[in-house]
Amino acid sequence: MIPELRPAGLKDVAWWEYALRFVFGGVVTAVAGLVSHAFGPVVGGLLLAFPAILPASLTLLWRHEGRRQVIEDARGGRLGSVGLIAFAGVVWGTARAWPPAVTLAVATLAWVVVDVGLWAARFGIRRGRTA
Amino acid sequence: MLAELIVRFLLGGAIVSAFSVLGELFKPKTFAGIFGAAPSVALASLALSYAKEGPEQAAVLARSMLLGAIAFYVYGAACVATTKRERWPVWAAAAGSWVAWFAVALTLWGAGQATGVLR
Repeated sequence: MIPELRPAGLKDVAWWEYALRFVFGGVVTAVAGLVSHAFGPVVGGLLLAFPAILPASLTLLWRHEGRRQVIEDARGGRLGSVGLIAFAGVVWGTARAWPPAVTLAVATLAWVVVDVGLWAARFGIRRGRTA
Repeated sequence: MLAELIVRFLLGGAIVSAFSVLGELFKPKTFAGIFGAAPSVALASLALSYAKEGPEQAAVLARSMLLGAIAFYVYGAACVATTKRERWPVWAAAAGSWVAWFAVALTLWGAGQATGVLR
């Protein structure tokens, strides 16, 4: 099985659902900044990997497509967190040596490669079955 | 400080929304779900940290983020387990799983402090 691009999926989501995600993302980013300011970057950095948006996303998905799809999406989120670990590791290891844009670009690439690779290994070879 | 918070809010909201749109574009849901763990808040926060405080601060943030990301994996596992329970509303299962994230993140942070790794 390979991932399928489905542009029509964008129409299934109401504008207020995108707005809700924007607000959640914005609030968590602002709070992470406030926590770093108040308690230092060692504590604030934890929040850079806080799963802020998932409860809202999964609840919206539950309304649209039911619980089975929610469980599948949560499985994807669990797998995606491994790429997040790779992202953080790359930034930690290269931030002092590389230009910021290069560090963030390579870290994002690491997130993509790790997650797509893990997904292919876990779900991609199960031909003919629902991933 | 207020101006910085507004910039953080707008940049964080925009990047989270962008990854959210990407997630809606793909099937199956196991693949789309990967975008729920995208480094969206991290990209916004690190970019602003680089601009304001420099690379040393970004490296310290990323080191702690590594612990938060390990906690995210446990959160994901808790989410998979709790959303399977038919009697629990999905919002309660997913938000309740935050307890797992806080427990793991704070335990790792405490261990890092105690051993001197995070100082």
